[in-house]
Amino acid sequence: MSTNEHGRTFDVVVIGGGIVGAAMARELGATSLDVAILEARGDVGDGTSKANTAILHTGFDAKPGTLESRLVARGYDLLGAYAEQVGIPVERTGAILVAWTLEELAALPSLKEKAEQNGYDRCQIIDADAVYAEVPDLGEGVLGGLTVPGESIICTWTTNLALATEAVDRGVTLLTSHRVEGLERYGRRTRLMTDQGPVTATWVINAAGLGADWIDEMFGHHRFTVTPRRGELFVFDKQSRPKVPKIVLPVPSSKGKGVLVSPTIYGNVMLGPTAEDLHDRTATGTSEDGFAFLLEKGGRLMPTLLDEEVTASYAGLRAATEHGDYVIELDAEQQYLLLGGIRSTGLTAGMAIAEHATGLLADAGVDVTPRPESSLPEPPLMPHIGEAGARPYQDDELIAADPAYGEIVCFCERVTRGEVRDAFCSSIPPTDLDGLRRRTRIMNGRCQGFFCGANVQALLDSAGTSTETEAAR
Amino acid sequence: MIEHVRVAIIGGGPSGLTAAAALAGRVGGEVRVFEREAEAGGIPRHSDHPGYGIRDLKRFISGPDYARRLVRSAVDAGAVVETGTMVTGWSGPRRFEITSRRGRREIEADAVVLATGARERPRPARRIPGDRPDGVLTTGQLQNLVHLHHRGVGSRAVVVGAELVSWSAVLTLREAGCEPVLMTTEHPKSESYAAFRLAGRLALRVPVATRTRLVSIAGRGRVESVTLEDIDTGRRRVVACDTVVTTGDWIPDNELARAAGLRMDRATRGPEVDMSLATSQEGIFAIGNLVHPVDTADVAALDGRHVVEAVLRSLTGDGTPATGPRLQIDAPLRWISPQRLDLGHAPSRGKLLLWSDELVRFPVVVAEQGGREIGRVRPPWPCAPGRVFRVPFRLLAKADPAAGDVTVRLAR
Repeated sequence: MSTNEHGRTFDVVVIGGGIVGAAMARELGATSLDVAILEARGDVGDGTSKANTAILHTGFDAKPGTLESRLVARGYDLLGAYAEQVGIPVERTGAILVAWTLEELAALPSLKEKAEQNGYDRCQIIDADAVYAEVPDLGEGVLGGLTVPGESIICTWTTNLALATEAVDRGVTLLTSHRVEGLERYGRRTRLMTDQGPVTATWVINAAGLGADWIDEMFGHHRFTVTPRRGELFVFDKQSRPKVPKIVLPVPSSKGKGVLVSPTIYGNVMLGPTAEDLHDRTATGTSEDGFAFLLEKGGRLMPTLLDEEVTASYAGLRAATEHGDYVIELDAEQQYLLLGGIRSTGLTAGMAIAEHATGLLADAGVDVTPRPESSLPEPPLMPHIGEAGARPYQDDELIAADPAYGEIVCFCERVTRGEVRDAFCSSIPPTDLDGLRRRTRIMNGRCQGFFCGANVQALLDSAGTSTETEAAR
Repeated sequence: MIEHVRVAIIGGGPSGLTAAAALAGRVGGEVRVFEREAEAGGIPRHSDHPGYGIRDLKRFISGPDYARRLVRSAVDAGAVVETGTMVTGWSGPRRFEITSRRGRREIEADAVVLATGARERPRPARRIPGDRPDGVLTTGQLQNLVHLHHRGVGSRAVVVGAELVSWSAVLTLREAGCEPVLMTTEHPKSESYAAFRLAGRLALRVPVATRTRLVSIAGRGRVESVTLEDIDTGRRRVVACDTVVTTGDWIPDNELARAAGLRMDRATRGPEVDMSLATSQEGIFAIGNLVHPVDTADVAALDGRHVVEAVLRSLTGDGTPATGPRLQIDAPLRWISPQRLDLGHAPSRGKLLLWSDELVRFPVVVAEQGGREIGRVRPPWPCAPGRVFRVPFRLLAKADPAAGDVTVRLAR
């Protein structure tokens, strides 16, 4: 990294610190290139990547022959292996696609064929009894189903953080709160104007998610328009988790994939998403209509679920475009690479997108030869915030070594003071409550702060060093 | 290693501490209270205003003072109060796992008293849509922030609810220098209208919008406004504020009760208990606001004395789980506690506890069994939403333990 009157200069600047940008930066961090991530927000993964359905997709239902289909299938293997290596929570729950009408039932064989065209041959068509045997709490009227044994649930927050952490550990510069507002080309370089001053790059990679079309326009292209598609979701109390042992998918229709019921990696149940095309790319609020729609759908899918308490509701925006596929294109002249139109499948496909894109850069003459293994740091070991594995509060040896792991600060999610402290000592420390939530689950639980909110605030203000008793004084 | 205690009390609030004080020294072994907070005392610890201890201690003292006295009584009686210790799950019928700074341990008890209390439903559980800005709090979080952490909370607050606890929230907001600009209630009257006159004077009259519901919350970063709807006319208006306090709407902290497989009451969402406060499982008892969400701290505390007899019976091998006829209710009554009759026992303080969704100034309460009226009382007080409606147990004096369920309702 070097600095001159034009700001800092990098070989490669990746715009966007979501899943795709973080995966890209991690990949390039293994080379000798000097790389930076420019993230508009205060934290990585604070845009589209934080609020999705958190499913590790097999890609069984992708459109055969598309780039998306290929990269999702590849990403499924890459991320699955990476998750094991660095400790991203994954539960191999499997999914059932459930048919509620004769039309949907009739569509199952073609969905099975489509899965096979996508290289996924483990789907089975099962009858209604078999569906109820798997998920007894489903509402009345199931006619049949298609199993997708490989579909799994994953922690999207840890995925994003692990990729970004490894990128930073490999020497990538993370510039948060750097929003790109314009750019100019000079010679073989691009000067990116940010709200924190200019940043110069030889190569620019656009992984800006909801803003990818704006950046693309700054380079003079008019390839696509991002239409934010809002998805609202309900998260139900952990007490409902036994009702939903696996992902329950609807049969997709022309209107999209529809509303699903899924277990979450944190031990809850999720219902959603809605699908509503908007213009406002910041409209992440939930709506009365969205709630009514979800309750109506949920009441039919699983009536007893609605007896349970709602722990959280949120809305995410998918970066939908007019294209039916990812828009990944390299502009050798401008030394610019677009990773656009990456929708919710980007969580699964992120690492494969990075691998593919690195290949495109190599083809364009960029030296992406990895540094020797010995010069790369060990991959990070992420805090385990999934409900399935042992968490610190359950680990006697860990508590014996450090009693802070025995101090439960957030009772509903059982987050300990040791974990909060660790988050602040990590490669990418949190900058606000939401960041701390994504790293630890703190305050994500059923009481939403009734008991722990004030203590958590004290911990946040002291960057994890406050103790409850001090705080109580 | 499994530690053994004679009686384990889970929850160190008013009811748990009172039970500990009453049981310690009488059970031939250790009575231990498990409290997950750093200090025992429960919600009164952060309710820094007078009004505590009236029925149980015959005093009129502040919440923190009350909490300290209860802790001292339990300890003086010989109970062990283990704070910073959370019960995280069951490993046997009366055996459970705990986590604290001292590690993870298992506790086996001859009798278990659940006293985990209640909390207010937060915004998501109330299914309130909109943006997700900072500044949306329950009363519990508000009081914790202000009274224990001495923090500011904003400058203009809308308080959702007009129950007793809502007025408590108003007092706390005032103390924190935050102006409560409006209270809202879906009911036609402020729920706690008697207390309204008292607290309303103290709080210098906050306007109350009745028959009003909160439609949504707006704000980026911090709350900027709420949208309210007049339930009768459908008219909507936007009120500017930077703080929203959602008050009341209580739910028991019922996770351990449910995880134990206790029979639960659909209406209270706490475990079902009989008049002696026994649950559906032998040797497990439930007291306080876990079973009646939510009553005043002193009434919760008195459950701690009332449960003693049943715990002692159970320890001598004479305990029976709750199996008597069930008490049902009709609207506008929302719940009743206890839910089951047991032979020869009256409830704590000789009162059945009920919750009503409507104000009835001169209520007549009727009990029916097998389609026949078996009791009728006219309490000299109204029933009002937002606070417990107490009915003398003599209503059920003629109930036949062998004749099936009993329905309690308001006469029209």
